Amino acid sequence: MDIHAVNDHHDAHADHEHHHEESFVSKYVFSMDHKTISRQFLITAVVMAVVGMMMSVMFRLQLAWPHEGFALTNFILGDKWAPKGVLDPNMYMALVTLHGTIMVFMVLTGGLSGTFSNLLIPYQIGARDMASGFLNMLSYWFFFASSLVMLLSCFIETGPASGGWTVYPPLSAVAEFMPGSGLGMTMWLVSMSLFIVSSLLGGLNYIITVINFRTKGMSMTRLPLTIWAFFITAILGVLSFPVLFSAALLLIFDRSFGTSFYLSDIIVNGAPLEQTGGSPILYQHLFWFLGHPEVYIILLPALGLASEIIAVNSRKPIFGYRAMIGSMLAIGFLSFIVWGHHMFITGMNPFLGSVFVFTTLLIAIPSAVKAFNYITTLWKGNIQFTPAMLFAIGLVSTFISGGVTGIILADSALDIPIHDTYFVVAHFHIVMGLSAILGMIGGVYHWFPKLFLRKMNKTMGYIHFWITFVCAYGVFFPMHFLGLAGVPRRYYTNSEVPMFDNLMDINVLITCFAIVGALGQLIFLFNFFYSIFRGEKAEQNPYNSNTLEWTTPMAHTHGNWPGALPVVHRWPYDYSKPGEEADFIPQTVPLRPGEVDGGGH
Amino acid sequence: MVQLLIYLAIALLIITVSQLARVFELAAELKGGHKNKPTERENRNNGRLWLVYLVAFFSFILWQLLNYGPRTLPEAASESGVKLDWLFNFNMIIIFIVFIITHILLFFFAFKYYGRDNNRATFFPHNNKLELIWTSVPAAVLAVIIFLGLKLWTEITTPADDTKSEVIEIYTKQFDFTARYAGKDNVLGKANYKLVIGANVLGLDSADVNGHDDKIVKGELHLPLNKEISFKIRSQDVIHSVYFPYHRAQMNSVPGMTTLIHFKPTITSADMRKRLKNDKFDYYILCNKICGTSHYAMKMLVVVDSPEEYAAWLAKQPEFLPATAKTAAITEPTAAEPKKEEKGM
Repeated sequence: MDIHAVNDHHDAHADHEHHHEESFVSKYVFSMDHKTISRQFLITAVVMAVVGMMMSVMFRLQLAWPHEGFALTNFILGDKWAPKGVLDPNMYMALVTLHGTIMVFMVLTGGLSGTFSNLLIPYQIGARDMASGFLNMLSYWFFFASSLVMLLSCFIETGPASGGWTVYPPLSAVAEFMPGSGLGMTMWLVSMSLFIVSSLLGGLNYIITVINFRTKGMSMTRLPLTIWAFFITAILGVLSFPVLFSAALLLIFDRSFGTSFYLSDIIVNGAPLEQTGGSPILYQHLFWFLGHPEVYIILLPALGLASEIIAVNSRKPIFGYRAMIGSMLAIGFLSFIVWGHHMFITGMNPFLGSVFVFTTLLIAIPSAVKAFNYITTLWKGNIQFTPAMLFAIGLVSTFISGGVTGIILADSALDIPIHDTYFVVAHFHIVMGLSAILGMIGGVYHWFPKLFLRKMNKTMGYIHFWITFVCAYGVFFPMHFLGLAGVPRRYYTNSEVPMFDNLMDINVLITCFAIVGALGQLIFLFNFFYSIFRGEKAEQNPYNSNTLEWTTPMAHTHGNWPGALPVVHRWPYDYSKPGEEADFIPQTVPLRPGEVDGGGH
Repeated sequence: MVQLLIYLAIALLIITVSQLARVFELAAELKGGHKNKPTERENRNNGRLWLVYLVAFFSFILWQLLNYGPRTLPEAASESGVKLDWLFNFNMIIIFIVFIITHILLFFFAFKYYGRDNNRATFFPHNNKLELIWTSVPAAVLAVIIFLGLKLWTEITTPADDTKSEVIEIYTKQFDFTARYAGKDNVLGKANYKLVIGANVLGLDSADVNGHDDKIVKGELHLPLNKEISFKIRSQDVIHSVYFPYHRAQMNSVPGMTTLIHFKPTITSADMRKRLKNDKFDYYILCNKICGTSHYAMKMLVVVDSPEEYAAWLAKQPEFLPATAKTAAITEPTAAEPKKEEKGM
């Protein structure tokens, strides 16, 4: 079937619909327009990110000054969970758990992919909208429901889920083992199931749209790297999230219907549990089969955004375009066969561990290629430091400094003494958390004109970036040393173990950076919400970019382009091409006679 | 009142920052800057800040190495731990070199190539030679890392020869550790979770004679110096982790299965106190897998004795079913039913 025929048909359809006045509900609430859905995802993610960040501030206060009362903690949690402002141990566990879940799933998976895949896939491939606007709308509302259930679980009597974001059974399977394993855990599972539905609906849509709805001339090797990143991310999600769903489903069965997939030889309240014969390790295999690709589901979109931002603002083509695609494909493929590196010391067969060491360390090769390519892109550039560019360079830094410690953790033998210590916390927060959030914030600054037709304040962006970037390393770098001192993660306080008595000042330093960093985000929040309504109007192509989204008019029109769809003639990275007057050539400009596409000249 | 002041302070902070930002922007516009694009001055300032950041970041890391470095775990107190530490340092040197070189390049390029108004970037889309170099060099280095890592991993995880080792069981539950020494025969008796009743805290099966001389110990784990210890690890309720930070050993305890680790302690507690010049130093087992509300307090004191002290201490520990009291079994005679489900040790 000729794809362009479909698109042309869509054109006529779009013109026809121009005359409809949409109601408020269909325009802003149950919208099927990719731009509106993108904004819905973003606003929800920003709200969830604020919640997740507040949680981290509260448990950081507890870790720096254990057993001391804080008015803030008491104000938010009330007398039950924070009597006199002292955080309750169960609530500490719950905060750690929800901070992880919210940040990993709601903010950096739903928020990041949901916002930018929705915004940029139709815009950058030259499509009127997503393949299925209806599924896209459902994807958002499932995400919303999932976030809502997760938040509501904070308001129940026994408290939210508190077995860590990985919710390993049997701790999470038997309500008697901790208060959070009761109703809170049920709500966590409901929320995650909704989230998985949302992620699958979104992911399928992204894949189909990228494959079928590219405009004329937009071959796969002319796609911006952002689209490649979203495309690979969506494939990873579609292949791995169903496995998490099966893990969650079996856990629901174990909890509510008396099965014993994960339970064996357990004593509860002094009496043997009837359910027996299962294996808790099975859950870990299922969980991490999603869990590791999930890391790249979070990271790849951020790297994709950074690729575009760095190329545009360096005024240079991204170095090694094809190598970048190849690296992402390699990372995507390998991410499916490395999950066991989370399980070296769980009693999994050591030989199996060796296989996972090998596959995991292989990922370092495409990752190194990406890092070097980013650095080379900066070389001899004419770097325009927009706030987005600062964040993108920050991302490259955290991607490297968090990535190299992965080499230690992937080495099964070296993992033994630092497994589950703060070394791990430092590693994944830097490589995954910081990189992804820096990429996401950079994306918001860069594409704000396309999201809200206005611009964010640049100077506030600079202040925001430097505060954030100083505090980012201030918080997470010292954690390596805590880990090497043997401090386990998820300890309510380190004061129960004498060997940690001389580490208190490290925790105080970390918490101080965390508080300043959190305050720094207020600048961003103010800038963000203020600019949505009162920001300066943006012009059409503020950064002199090549990609198609900047050829759309500065209005949110249904169908994106008022006339015919643009036709693409060249790859997206013709910046500062020799022999050309302007330092950019949009993709819609035809090749001159004899001009070679794709970086040849 | 204090709270109110804090909120006011935060609100004022935001207002100040936003007003300052506007002043800056206006000033830039008056000087003929472009509204959207960063001006050359802004580019230069941010470029310089990258350079400042580079210096500050490396100084911060150096400060941490000097200040926090000495507070990381002391020398490994087990044979395999010493090898692990060597390999760790070897890998750490490699990644530090990579980290420093890439960060110098990244931040220095950001400074050196900041955007100038009359400048044009160099069109440099790809270079096969460069790409080949930074694919193959990391691959070669990783080959070495993988080889050394797997060699040590195989060595550490090959199960101990129980006939030549001290066999000790570690039993975990919310929120403590219990040890069981294998006794004179050095063989642990069978256990079954359905027999965990009353005083039989580990669920030993009194029908198994191997278990009669087993010694159950709470509170302190004593280990002999320079002897391979073979640990069998079980759990009663949830997954815990038996973490010996000073001996660089760790293994999860998983309900429904027995997990194994082994190591040879090389420094007694008394000796370590001398080496660290700290009278109060003690070895510990910590729980290192989230296991419930009091996870943070789940630990066990570990004492590494000289062989003589160890023998004297062990002799004082009571046996599970002393020969004199065999007729008066502690537990009810094992029923036929649980026997079918017995787990072999």
